[in-house]
Amino acid sequence: MNNVFVYCELEGTVVAEVSQELLTKGRKLADRLGVSLEAVAAGTGIKGKVESQILPYGVDKLHVFDAPGLSPYTSAPHTDILVNLFKEEQPQIALLGATVIGRDLGPRVSSSLTSGLTADCTQLEIGDFEDKKTGKSYKDLLYQIRPAFGGNIVATIVNPEHRPQMATVRSGVMQKEIKDPAYKGEVSYPDVSKYVPAEDFVVSVLDRHVEAAKNNLKSSPIVVAGGYGMGSKEGFDMLFELAAALHGEVGASRAAVDAGFVDPSRQVGQTGVTVHPKVYIACGISGQIQHIAGMQDSDIIISINTDPEAPINRIADYIITGRVEDVVPKLIKYYKKNSK
Amino acid sequence: MNLRIIVLAKQVPDTRNVGKDAMTPEGTVNRAALPAIFNPDDMNALEQALRLKEQNPGTSVGILTMGPPRAAELIRQGLYRGADTGWLLTDRLFAGADTLATSYALATAIKKIGGADIIIGGRQAIDGDTAQVGPQVAQKLGLSQVTYAEEILDCKDGRLTIRRHIDGGTETVSAPMPCLITVNGTAAPCRPANAKLVMKFKRASCPSERVALPVKPGTPGRDDSYDYLYDSREWLNLTQWSVADIDGDPQQCGLAGSPTKVMAVQNIVFQAKESKSLSDSDADIEWLVKELRDEKIIG
Repeated sequence: MNNVFVYCELEGTVVAEVSQELLTKGRKLADRLGVSLEAVAAGTGIKGKVESQILPYGVDKLHVFDAPGLSPYTSAPHTDILVNLFKEEQPQIALLGATVIGRDLGPRVSSSLTSGLTADCTQLEIGDFEDKKTGKSYKDLLYQIRPAFGGNIVATIVNPEHRPQMATVRSGVMQKEIKDPAYKGEVSYPDVSKYVPAEDFVVSVLDRHVEAAKNNLKSSPIVVAGGYGMGSKEGFDMLFELAAALHGEVGASRAAVDAGFVDPSRQVGQTGVTVHPKVYIACGISGQIQHIAGMQDSDIIISINTDPEAPINRIADYIITGRVEDVVPKLIKYYKKNSK
Repeated sequence: MNLRIIVLAKQVPDTRNVGKDAMTPEGTVNRAALPAIFNPDDMNALEQALRLKEQNPGTSVGILTMGPPRAAELIRQGLYRGADTGWLLTDRLFAGADTLATSYALATAIKKIGGADIIIGGRQAIDGDTAQVGPQVAQKLGLSQVTYAEEILDCKDGRLTIRRHIDGGTETVSAPMPCLITVNGTAAPCRPANAKLVMKFKRASCPSERVALPVKPGTPGRDDSYDYLYDSREWLNLTQWSVADIDGDPQQCGLAGSPTKVMAVQNIVFQAKESKSLSDSDADIEWLVKELRDEKIIG
């Protein structure tokens, strides 16, 4: 009762990295609250295969739901697993990846349990809350912190009265860390038919294509990112050239992705990929909060912008005031000259 | 097959094109600086609905939206493109709703309408990016859901075949009707407004909008009287519903019905770092490259 729960997303029998990142965060939240960390995994033929990918993150109890029809994921059966399990276990916090699956499942579960859910959180903390309207105080709530309003402000959301307090977090926002490879957690294998009625299996997956990630943006040590100011698909060519020279990857702001200059998989920010590279070169990116949320932990930030007052310059280590079209070719030229 | 389709649409501030004046010096959002638009993903959803209407004669498409009276503009935008009707939920009691309270209002209105074969909306709205309202409406109505849809491929024998986006790829699913679909922004863009339909519906309005209209001189019964216009052309009267009109529970609507509370809103001011400022001169760029190499930051 009252524990922290993490829903572990699976591709076949492989646990998603985002789930392991959430387990690491969930462990810290559970320690802070003095409660246990529990995890849920649901799939087909997963017994004996997922436990070792989950328990080492400090999971005290793992619920494995293994039955035909639970993989690939469809909404209704996974919803009923969580809803019925949460009714029994009464978690205080439930975390899901802000993936296609997590964003399909989370809202359905929260609606069923009438609990609050905050999407795409960039920070999760524990703290107190005083409701000024009612004068009531609450101890140890989950602060769900996220950029809001298109990334122009940062909001802290709390769910004072409803449980579980639910949040989704994007891949890469939290860092995964094994607590103990031999961590001893209890594992249970509930009878799936007691949680999932047969009529849940109404949506069928006819066909499925999943490709490996198209790029290595998330773990690349060097990221060259472009904004809307790059002007076009062709404008990005010089960024690809610089990234190739530095053995890095190309990222982009949301505006550049929305404009169709680059593939959405390259979007850096709250609603894209969160990166932690050694060097982040921001080319013509002004620096909306939702973008900065996805790159502020870079070791070195270089900003190239014609506007010396661009917000991103406040977090930059090197500020180059100039046109990207002039600066990037020079970076390529001098990098090649000096690396010989 | 005559389908009944309800399109869920939201009027949103255009957060994609915010300039420096989007925030006030006090750190609050300057709404006046942001134009109100038809949420982009909802436009993609409307297109899928209109295609189903073309393929299935006798199908009706209605636009359901919640917002202030000016949100009736969304219904007009839908009518201009081929929708048949619309409903505006507007009431102070709906204000301040989080996704759960919003989904309660929409689901309750859909029950009032008498349900539908397909309820379709955008994957998410650009002002919140939560993608939560669609699945929550589906749950409240006990319907199957297909999120992140890119194209409705087929509709027959009471089932829909839908191609949807998933992480790292695509999936094709078969879902029984009635169901709720949310449409990804990568789906086909919506058709433009049709000039004839614009002519027909440009004066369509909901009652609370009409209050704000300037009184036009003219006596009842004459062509230039608005009363005459709305009495004689029923298609210009858009449906407007309050919480009471949909038999809603005020405790589950708006701020009162929202489990999530905004504790704090900050306009983040980044701690200024100690940074080096450079020009775009050759000397400066070469110095930077050498410094990064010397510090072994780049190879």
